[in-house]
Amino acid sequence: MTTIIHPENAAIEGIGEPCKRRAGVAGKTWRARGLSDRAIAWLFVAPTIALLLAINIFPLIWMIRLSFTSLNLSMSYLPLRFVGLDNFQDILTDEDVWARLQTTAQFVICSVALQVVVGFGLALLINRQFRSHSFWTTIILLPMMLSPAVVGNFWTLLFQPQIGPFNYLVSLFTGLPPSSFSMTGEVALAPWTIVLVDTWMWAPYVMLICLAGLRSIPDYIYEAAEVDRASSWRQFWSITLPMTVPFLMLAVLFRAIENFKMFDMVNLLTSGGPGSTTELVSITLKRAAFEKWRTGYSSALAIILFVTVFGAANIYVKALKRVKQR
Amino acid sequence: MRKSAARKSSKWAGGALALFAGVTLSAVATQPAAAESKQLTLCWAAWDPASALVELGKDFTKQSGIEMKYEFVPWTSYADRFLNELNSHGKLCDLIIGDSQWIGGAAENNWYVKLNDFFDKEHISMDDFVPATVVGYSEWPKNTPNYWALPAMADAVGWTYRKDWFSRPEIQSAFKAKYGRDLAPPKTYEELKQIAEFFQGREIDGKKVYGAYIFTERGSEGITMGVTNVLYNYGFAYDNPKKPYQMQGYVNSPDAVKGLEFYKELYRCCTAPGLTNAYMQEGLDAFKSGQVAMQMNWFAFFPGLYKDPNVGGEKIGFFVNPAGPKAHFTQLGGQGISVVATSDHKDDALAYIKWFAQPSVQQKWWQLGGYSALKAVVDATDFPKSAPFAPQFLESMAIVKDFWAEPSYAQLLLDMQKRVHDYVVADKGTAQQALDLLVKDWTKVFGEQGKKVASE
Amino acid sequence: MSAIAKSNAHSIVEASPRAKAIAGTIVILYAVISILPLLWIVATAFKSQSDAIAYPPKVFFQPTLEGYVNLFTMRTRQTPDFIAKLPPPTTWYDKLVRQHDMVIAGPSKVVPRFINSLIIGFGSTFLAVFLGTLAAYAFSRFRIPLADDLLFFILSTRMMPPVAVAIPIYLMYRQLNLTDTRLGMILLYTAVNVSLAVWLLKGFIDEIPREYEEAALVDGYTRLQALRKVVLPQAVTGIAATAIFCLIFSWNEYAFAVLLTSGEAQTMPPFIPFIIGEGGQDWPAVAAATTLFVMPIVLFTVLLRKHLLRGITFGAVRK
Repeated sequence: MTTIIHPENAAIEGIGEPCKRRAGVAGKTWRARGLSDRAIAWLFVAPTIALLLAINIFPLIWMIRLSFTSLNLSMSYLPLRFVGLDNFQDILTDEDVWARLQTTAQFVICSVALQVVVGFGLALLINRQFRSHSFWTTIILLPMMLSPAVVGNFWTLLFQPQIGPFNYLVSLFTGLPPSSFSMTGEVALAPWTIVLVDTWMWAPYVMLICLAGLRSIPDYIYEAAEVDRASSWRQFWSITLPMTVPFLMLAVLFRAIENFKMFDMVNLLTSGGPGSTTELVSITLKRAAFEKWRTGYSSALAIILFVTVFGAANIYVKALKRVKQR
Repeated sequence: MRKSAARKSSKWAGGALALFAGVTLSAVATQPAAAESKQLTLCWAAWDPASALVELGKDFTKQSGIEMKYEFVPWTSYADRFLNELNSHGKLCDLIIGDSQWIGGAAENNWYVKLNDFFDKEHISMDDFVPATVVGYSEWPKNTPNYWALPAMADAVGWTYRKDWFSRPEIQSAFKAKYGRDLAPPKTYEELKQIAEFFQGREIDGKKVYGAYIFTERGSEGITMGVTNVLYNYGFAYDNPKKPYQMQGYVNSPDAVKGLEFYKELYRCCTAPGLTNAYMQEGLDAFKSGQVAMQMNWFAFFPGLYKDPNVGGEKIGFFVNPAGPKAHFTQLGGQGISVVATSDHKDDALAYIKWFAQPSVQQKWWQLGGYSALKAVVDATDFPKSAPFAPQFLESMAIVKDFWAEPSYAQLLLDMQKRVHDYVVADKGTAQQALDLLVKDWTKVFGEQGKKVASE
Repeated sequence: MSAIAKSNAHSIVEASPRAKAIAGTIVILYAVISILPLLWIVATAFKSQSDAIAYPPKVFFQPTLEGYVNLFTMRTRQTPDFIAKLPPPTTWYDKLVRQHDMVIAGPSKVVPRFINSLIIGFGSTFLAVFLGTLAAYAFSRFRIPLADDLLFFILSTRMMPPVAVAIPIYLMYRQLNLTDTRLGMILLYTAVNVSLAVWLLKGFIDEIPREYEEAALVDGYTRLQALRKVVLPQAVTGIAATAIFCLIFSWNEYAFAVLLTSGEAQTMPPFIPFIIGEGGQDWPAVAAATTLFVMPIVLFTVLLRKHLLRGITFGAVRK
């Protein structure tokens, strides 16, 4: 009962244009009784749209306006000045901001890549359906359901070189003295530490989606390959991988967006340190907006981020479609 | 099959929906329930003195019938949370014990009630309080008689050390053999570094121990509150004493650069590994678990440390922040207590301050583990004998210096956090570059605040 | 697929016993390692403060309930003389606290914070599922102009980094006196959750055959009656699954909570990392809070297994 999937329109185009099968009953003969269908349709959709307009769109427009001002909330007694595009210019010419964007990009790429490798690997193994596989799958899924903030905070204890178990575990296997390295404190290690914890949380996510992909491949394709005496290596490259690619791509898209937005786990684990080594752009934004209270400046940064993520997601979805059409 | 499953699950799902609805309704219903009896909410940091204040406050409730509620937030998010709350004109806090550096912003933005009239009416005189605390916690603009808080908790950076280790004969003789002098609490930072080097990596009672613990925290104020203790004493100044806000040549003077380099050397040579993002709590953990010989921390924690079953009592000693080649200062901590302007209970809040200012209450405050700033308490002849760290506390309060207390303090602080942490912990650039960049950052911030900054 | 596997035991799709054993070993190893941090949390909750920060870390220790007691109480340190003068402790937790020269001064903030989490979580879930069901039904059954654009718009509101969204929300709530109120948080979480709810529920409702409804309409039901009596009972599993997903989001959410609440409406996630004992971070109490906080989610994960995939992909992949 595992395959009611429509890889074509559900997995990819589904994000952009979800309702292919529509029509049917609407607009036929029962309009006379009660409210008209059209009225019901609007009545049902309107509250959601209104809520989103009030909580998302109106503030967004307000933020666009603020991005052209010098507003600083911790000095709100100063007169509000319109500064044109100064904030945008400030941000785009600031080396530090570019460095933060670079840090973010590295984090997104490394963590998503690692999650794809681990997640896909696990999915392949679980798909062999060994005994008790479903129990262990549930265990593996647990980290991703938990609050990244609450669990991320606990990792600071686990990574303590003197009093945390992580270093002792590593030393058990490698013989390195446990206090000779610090996962969250060293410039060379800290970026990998956040990738590691993120992978611990989210590799199961990729695994789950890949598993669905693997289970969507009909057996007869493999049987045909077997008749052709294709090696299992060949089968993997010519059947398994291509047929799970749409699913993988979907996982990559979701993870990339989520990690671009990443704030909670990293903020609690390293708070951007050491120095600014793991300061993702969301942390920079939080500091600018809610610690320095530079509302005008941070509004501009927020808009730049939004345009970036939105643009990247759109390009990605288009590229995906092209891959599919090939 | 599908149908029966749906029907079955429809029962419990229906129940769940009813539960959702019920809880939501009760949420709306319970919202305004609490306003019946008189109560005040006091906001402060979550640390040892806060529990002393809870104990002290019971007397106030007994006398006035006003119930005290508390909102205590750990230091690393204390400024974040409460500046957010003040900025949002929230009603969470009636009284707030706000950090010394907030006073400029709180006064300019009218977050706090100005207390001059109240002090006059109740005959509370700021002359009765330790001068450094009045300037540090109450006045804005500085050195003018405009009061926004009553000094509540005097505090400064000091040091603790393992007296028991220092007094072991084998350790003493080893130290003397190496450095040609007796092992004793350091008077200068050079001495401190030698002692720290001496202990670093040494085996004591079968455990490897480390030299010193110093502040390195990145997110809030930690590393700044640590490094300034060295910077001041090496000759760093925030600005030209004759030309306010002229920072070029003061913040990044050659002496200041030497001070910053020294802090990094100390961090590299003599601290426990892994303390790359450590503030008060990590220091306490490191000291209590027997990892370090010396610990930099706030006096506020010393009563608790002295009572610690493992490292307290005879095992712990205290010393004043060591001097540097140019000066002898220590970083000011501590806070004043203020009334929040948006509070609905301002009169009750003022009554609390009036009660708190009484000498007898201040005396009890010190006994319970708080640090009074009232002269009548700290200038009493038996005060130095009242606790093993009392003499050091008095000495420190005479040499304190504070960070900027401007309305833009948060920006100034975060810039310094970044520049110092980048250089000291993340090993980026040189000390000169770090301080030059800091001057640039600060010049920009003051520009946004509308202050003119002279460059030479 | 399992049916096929059974009927054809020698199918080449079925992995060989050796391959299965290897796969099983690796997966179990991974699962055990990945669950270790959670086990460490549960264990730490039963450690004493000094065992929790022991150097080196302790795997075996004397279990104690100190962590849980500390989580639920506010304590003050007293002199031994003071404690000696007190009447003997009446409860086991009084006794435990006094061993450390402390007395209980009152309850801690954990219960109000937990209640906030419950109210905000259930409140926003209820609203999101309610609004989401209506909208999803409309999108599924009626011709709505620009439906695809609207659906994309609904989804795109989720792409903004929460910190960015919080900036204007903070200003707006400041004007409306909604900062640090449960109502404000419920509205915000509802707005975030409703996009998930619409997308998921639309998928579930799409799967309900239209014929049932059409038959009901022919029988003389109005559209609303048909919705209530025919569609909703069919969709109830989907609604329940959606509700749990919304609840998990609100339950775990940190960024909005930390930026927009300071006390009255604060939920557990911004509260737990900052539980402080005397001196340092009270790790046993933090661990105890984490354990209690995470438990319902573990339960939900097991309950949700069948719909998990659908929930995390906004209904794009169905299983």
